[in-house]
Amino acid sequence: MADKQLACMTCEPKGLCGGRGLLTLKEGAWANNPLAIQILGICSALAVTNRLENSLVMGAALIFVCVGSNLLVSLLRKRTPHRIRMIAEVAIIATFVILFDQFLKAFYWDMSKQLGPYVGLIITNCIVMGRAEAFALQNPPVLSIVDGVANGLGYAVVLAIIGFFRELLGTGEIFGYEVLSGQWYTPNQLMILAPGAFFALGIVIGIFNAIKGPVAEEKK
Amino acid sequence: MMSETSAWVIFIAAIFTNNILLTNFLGMCSFIACSGQIRTSLGLGTAVTFVMIMTTILNYVIYHFVLVPLGLVHLQFIVFIAVIAAFVQLVEMFVERFSPRLYFALGIFLPLITVNCAILGASLFMIIREYSFIQSIGFGLGAGIGWAVAIVLLAGLRQKMRYSNIPEPFQGVPIAMVVTGVLAMAFMGFAGMVSIQ
Repeated sequence: MADKQLACMTCEPKGLCGGRGLLTLKEGAWANNPLAIQILGICSALAVTNRLENSLVMGAALIFVCVGSNLLVSLLRKRTPHRIRMIAEVAIIATFVILFDQFLKAFYWDMSKQLGPYVGLIITNCIVMGRAEAFALQNPPVLSIVDGVANGLGYAVVLAIIGFFRELLGTGEIFGYEVLSGQWYTPNQLMILAPGAFFALGIVIGIFNAIKGPVAEEKK
Repeated sequence: MMSETSAWVIFIAAIFTNNILLTNFLGMCSFIACSGQIRTSLGLGTAVTFVMIMTTILNYVIYHFVLVPLGLVHLQFIVFIAVIAAFVQLVEMFVERFSPRLYFALGIFLPLITVNCAILGASLFMIIREYSFIQSIGFGLGAGIGWAVAIVLLAGLRQKMRYSNIPEPFQGVPIAMVVTGVLAMAFMGFAGMVSIQ
């Protein structure tokens, strides 16, 4: 994976972020966007994007978990025996997921009901695990937070884009407000159902490829 | 809530109408990554089915006889994932020791399964939908078979697609997504057959 390269570039211990804060942010959120470029964590990206609101909450959840687990993994990176690092990472990630899940259940019960098992499934979301393994294990805490924010943000933005179009085309509404008038627009139910999710994500990845394609070639 | 639905109905529904991959989007990562060849996907599908049914049973027992009585329900995520990871590890050791042939057939897929969200998802759905023990077995088996069917179908389609003329940005993953969408649409045709929530 491309992460290896990124990790090496950012290892230099100068200052808090090693002078690589901005680069890390850019890599995570755009150049190496976890969802559209690396195709990680697509399960939740497909499942919760039937409404924009759900997508935003899920994006927030992932930013929270990614930042939290990156920070903790990074703080403990010198004390974690190499052999058990995987299970340690999973335990840390699960802790943050449980925190977020309990928070949702306590304050936003309806949202928690709607997201169903997908909040719990952040544990097996490859993005979080991937960042902990590929980045936080080799980098100081502050930089790891930046990386967590960047990747969480990259994920959240793509999720919001998909959620926006699926809700708009599927129901003609955004946040429950009518945008495309029912007089001339017939909501396309397919978009909020499962196939619409696949189409939407396929097209988004395709568009990212189309924009990024030549850039990626230049780098090599 | 679901107590009156028979396990058989849940089994059928989990394969066709509520396919864990095509309607709940679980296990997409390995679905996209390992659907290049029919043989590989068949191996992975078998391994997933086996692990899924065993872990749903284990998690059901642990949830209802340990977590609920102790009031530790909020720890379900961490317990479930630990059970799954431990079970996969155990199966791997067991298979390696007793059936080297099976180990070489399944071996490389087993570690992948721990991070397959369909496995954890099946356990979580089982809890959320309040299945009984027998229903959980039906659901675990059906969900596993449903996942296997979907990945084998996609592998077949992708093998054919290699000879198609696809626009460059859409080659690889994006077109696989779109094809999966079509597959999901086809599976929606089963919708009237049985229904579970």
